[in-house]
Amino acid sequence: MAALAISDTPDGERVLSLSGRLDAAALKELWDRATRAVAEAPRRPVIVDASAVDYCDGAGAALFVELLRHPRTPRVEIRNLRPPYDALVALFDPAVLEHDLDPEPPRPKVIEEIGIVAAGLWRDTKLQIAFVGETTAALLYAFTHPHLIRWRDVWRIAERAGADGLPIVALISFLLGMILAFQSAIPMKRFGAEIFVADLIGLAMLRELGPLMTAILLAGRSGAAFAAEIGTMRVNQEVDALTTMGLDPVRFLVTPRIIAALLMTPLLTLFSNVLGLLGGAVTMQTFGIPFFTFFREADSAVGLHDFLAGFVKSFVFAILVAGIGCLRGLQTQAGASAVGEAATRAVVSGIILLVVVDGLFALAYYLLDI
Amino acid sequence: MEPSSAATAATAKGEPIIRVRDLDTGYEGNPILTNIHFDVMSGEVFGILGGSGSGKSTLMKNMIGLLPPIRGTVHFAADDVWSADDATRRRIVSRFGVMYQSGALFGSMTLLENVRLPLETATSLPEAAIDLIARMKLELVGLEAFTGHLPAELSGGMQKRAGIARAMALDPQILFLDEPSSGLDPITAASLDALIRRLAESLGVTFVIVTHDLASVFTALDRVILLQRKARGIIAEGDPRKLRDESDDPRVRAFFRREPEEATA
Repeated sequence: MAALAISDTPDGERVLSLSGRLDAAALKELWDRATRAVAEAPRRPVIVDASAVDYCDGAGAALFVELLRHPRTPRVEIRNLRPPYDALVALFDPAVLEHDLDPEPPRPKVIEEIGIVAAGLWRDTKLQIAFVGETTAALLYAFTHPHLIRWRDVWRIAERAGADGLPIVALISFLLGMILAFQSAIPMKRFGAEIFVADLIGLAMLRELGPLMTAILLAGRSGAAFAAEIGTMRVNQEVDALTTMGLDPVRFLVTPRIIAALLMTPLLTLFSNVLGLLGGAVTMQTFGIPFFTFFREADSAVGLHDFLAGFVKSFVFAILVAGIGCLRGLQTQAGASAVGEAATRAVVSGIILLVVVDGLFALAYYLLDI
Repeated sequence: MEPSSAATAATAKGEPIIRVRDLDTGYEGNPILTNIHFDVMSGEVFGILGGSGSGKSTLMKNMIGLLPPIRGTVHFAADDVWSADDATRRRIVSRFGVMYQSGALFGSMTLLENVRLPLETATSLPEAAIDLIARMKLELVGLEAFTGHLPAELSGGMQKRAGIARAMALDPQILFLDEPSSGLDPITAASLDALIRRLAESLGVTFVIVTHDLASVFTALDRVILLQRKARGIIAEGDPRKLRDESDDPRVRAFFRREPEEATA
């Protein structure tokens, strides 16, 4: 173990005598005592006698450096530190270690933060507009030159984003139909109007919930996956490699994903509609309404235009979810946490955009009387 | 099995600190190296050399407890690394400092936080001491002016140096460096070699360095083993300068004189 003895000579010098093994375990005890002993003797010569130090590692050297680095007159003096430990302490320049040369910047003030966020939003908006333009151009090019589309990628992504996503979309839609039916059947029963639950579910699922729920699930599953995949490629400089090979990353990475989403989202939406209705029908069995009656009632309430109103949305949602996922992926900065951030941003901005655009659709349908 | 106290105390200089015996290594039963047998002496700067794909890094993974060997043993002082259970093995290998090929810094932490992390978790030193020790380690590798930077904001060579600083945080008895000089400019690589020598001499740290950088081999290393893929094992062992000048084995001469293998085949 290490020990520290503090004494004052008749000449007014303060002597710190260190002995034993100076390592991290010893420092725990000594650090505060030693630094205090020096601080309590301002303007007096302080001498550290290290003649009895048997061993000193990097942590022990830190104690000597700590005593040396604070500017004071006269400077602390270290005596009799044996080789090779003297050479170890000499490796460090106390003047350099006086202050942290690269301290973390202080947190910006609230007003600065508002400015930073606003500037970020403005930059992001401009980037999104540019991305929409680039993507539209790439898609138009792809549709006029279908042989240049990387169909192998399209099918692979379609399988992952579409077929593999079917179970979750089916489950959520089925449960959604059941819950909707339950929640609405109980109050409607008081008026003997439970048969109209079929109208409600039919309209709600086909016009609104089918496309929206599918798109939200897709944003969580595939939007995040696109962002993480492209983000990792960016971090690994794969996107740079594409660019230097003369390949446009948008055409190479974004187009197949958007086409795959465009093919799959409407299909998933169809499944969602059917399973939502089925869920409602199952619930209504308990209220004494047979399957056949339920579907005949739903059929009488829902027209083709209601189905199309929802179905058209699913195409737009597909472009939104896939596009925003790819954009966030391409915007990924360096570092491992950046990929996670890109995936989070893809889901968050994807869902916000979906809801906003769904609101716009509702307004447009109202004005157009659809 | 408990790690013995003999390993915790400093092994006397010149005694074997790591003993590798009859070791076969590789992936999924497919051996890259067979019958590997060598000692690393306390206080020496030891090199594992070999061409790409010769199994240098795999052998190092066996030594630091990351990958079980197919056969054979690795002893650190008196402890058998691979016969210990997982918890004991973690305790044994926590006494090693390891710098990985890419630096392996935590991307969401600043350099200072990266170096502070092992100190915060393994010691109960006062805040000020942890801070100073971490900054000293960064000063040793010349990064004292970048303590607040994130790894992503630094060049590859700087990340590597920060990786060394983190590996040294707890003053380990033995430091493993995986290709320390790759990706560094010659001047930085030379100062890194000087740093390794200085640490070995002033602290008595044992180094095990995986490398194929010949400039570093001759300036920094005391003793090396040379691995070859074709031979699936060690083809030479000893002082690298002597091997270069005196070896009769054409494979060894080819490696140390940077001659293409066909020329000597």
